[in-house]
Amino acid sequence: MSEPIIRICELEKKFQSKNSEVYALQGINLDINQGDVFGIIGRSGAGKSTLVRCINMLERPTGGQVLFEGRDLCKLGDSELRKARRSMGMIFQQFNLLMQRTAIENVCFPLELVGTPREEARKRAAELLELVGLADRAGSYPSQLSGGQKQRVAIARALATNPKVLLCDEATSALDPSTTESILSLIKDINRRLGITAVIITHEMSVIEKICTHVAIISGGKIAETGPVEEVFYHPKTEAARIMVTPEALKPEKLPKERVVRIVFHGSSSLEPVIGNMILDCGKPLSILYSDIREMDGAAFGQMVLQLPDDEDACRRIYAFAKSRGLELEDMSRV
Amino acid sequence: MFDEQMIEMLCEGVIDTLYMTIASTVLSYVFGMIMGVLLVICRKDGIAPRPMVYACLDVVVNLTRSFPFLILMIAVIPFTRFVVGTTIGNNATIVPLVIAAAPFVARLIEASLLEVDAGVVEAAQSMGASTWQIISKVLLPEALPSLLNGSAVAAITILGYSAMSGAVGGGGLGKLAIMYGYNRYQTDIMFITIILLIIIVQLFQMLGNWATKRSDKRVF
Ligand SMILES: Nc1ncnc2c1ncn2[C@@H]1O[C@H](COP(=O)(O)OP(=O)(O)OP(=O)(O)O)[C@@H](O)[C@H]1O
Ligand SMILES: [Mg+2]
Repeated sequence: MSEPIIRICELEKKFQSKNSEVYALQGINLDINQGDVFGIIGRSGAGKSTLVRCINMLERPTGGQVLFEGRDLCKLGDSELRKARRSMGMIFQQFNLLMQRTAIENVCFPLELVGTPREEARKRAAELLELVGLADRAGSYPSQLSGGQKQRVAIARALATNPKVLLCDEATSALDPSTTESILSLIKDINRRLGITAVIITHEMSVIEKICTHVAIISGGKIAETGPVEEVFYHPKTEAARIMVTPEALKPEKLPKERVVRIVFHGSSSLEPVIGNMILDCGKPLSILYSDIREMDGAAFGQMVLQLPDDEDACRRIYAFAKSRGLELEDMSRV
Repeated sequence: MFDEQMIEMLCEGVIDTLYMTIASTVLSYVFGMIMGVLLVICRKDGIAPRPMVYACLDVVVNLTRSFPFLILMIAVIPFTRFVVGTTIGNNATIVPLVIAAAPFVARLIEASLLEVDAGVVEAAQSMGASTWQIISKVLLPEALPSLLNGSAVAAITILGYSAMSGAVGGGGLGKLAIMYGYNRYQTDIMFITIILLIIIVQLFQMLGNWATKRSDKRVF
């Protein structure tokens, strides 16, 4: 495999106040590969923002390395760092647009910084606004745009200098669910079409599930677990990760004690009504306690928790049926 | 009493007052802008932290601002003579006016620039903006409405100082008010100068409000 585009080694960030010091990050190691949509999830105060801000040195780490394309950003001088930052677009929860500039002037801003001739900058900005679906609002000021539209302008602005990485700090946390959805698909689309690596900071599982390929769970300033989304979400290895990724409805105290099984879908065909066929096959009804399945390109991803019928024979048939479909039943009973 | 000579004198007073006020305001902004921007970028959470520079500037500004204007005007007489060659008249008044107003303007500008959302500055940094680019393309343009509003406040304050300067050799309406109203008990002339001053203050404020509103793209 090729060199990761961002490699974080033993990163540490200590905040010093008058009579105390807080370790916001400690011993962080992460590899983010070219083309990944890399999610970083954690609770409030876990250190997510600090981590992403360390990636482009908005926050100076107090230890460790941040390698971007093999170069340690901590060691760069001011002007080299500015140059490196142009290869990393960033978007924010609060959009952070220039309020006294129109949408298109906002997109022109990073181009002005590098001295792009005005006409050329305008042309590029117009293309970018087209890309994010806001060509018709080019002349509007941020105060005339909705939250989702502002975030689109911010994305266009972040893309203006042709970055290789897009850093998103809670980019959808101020938006309603359907707007969140559309912004996430825009980011995914940009990732696919332009091959831009995305780093997504969020506290919402659903954001990671929707677009991320990889995820790191951060807890108390440390990485609890990292890996491909399916692996970390459905087979967490550490306690901290388990607490983070277990949906409220699946907390042990919320489930019945007996005959509870979990099926994880890793992209099996979503065309076959698996559960329906399973019921027909064993001839007994079973109850669905929890289901979170999404469909992507005709394949099913997610998990489902079932309570099996109180019948040995039917249970055996169900296990056999699942096996024949390449699905694994994981016993979650607590007896 | 309203002979031609009197009217001519009042007109001259208005022109002198406007001249002193506007010239002093412009010059105060030249110096105050530099100090105000330095105060903002050098503070410890600023974009180019320089705690020593900040501390020195802060002390200088506070010291100058704690002088009552009349005392400051007398105290800087030697300096005034050195700069303009005389200590009476309009140009001689501009020197102490600028010395008194520049730190005040610096504080106004500092306050305006601090209103700019830190997130926007951060966004600019994330795009690789240099310190100078942040000042010229983010801080000043984003704070423009607030700066314009502040400039009306500054001009009005300077107008007040300029009127006061009439007591110790300054020109303009202040001199007329003191010369006729105080020394010769011609209260009617003093009354007219006061009306004229009120009108000028109103004009400055209206102009400031209009410019602020026009420049601000945040509210519609
Ligand atoms: N400038 C600072 N000075 C001192 N402590 C800080 C500073 N910034 C962050 N911290 C601390 O570092 C820890 C991590 O903060 P951070 O903002 O990275 O959390 P977060 O995961 O982004 O949380 P949220 O989801 O609420 O945004 C917190 O305990 C916070 O109090
Ligand atoms: Mg945060």
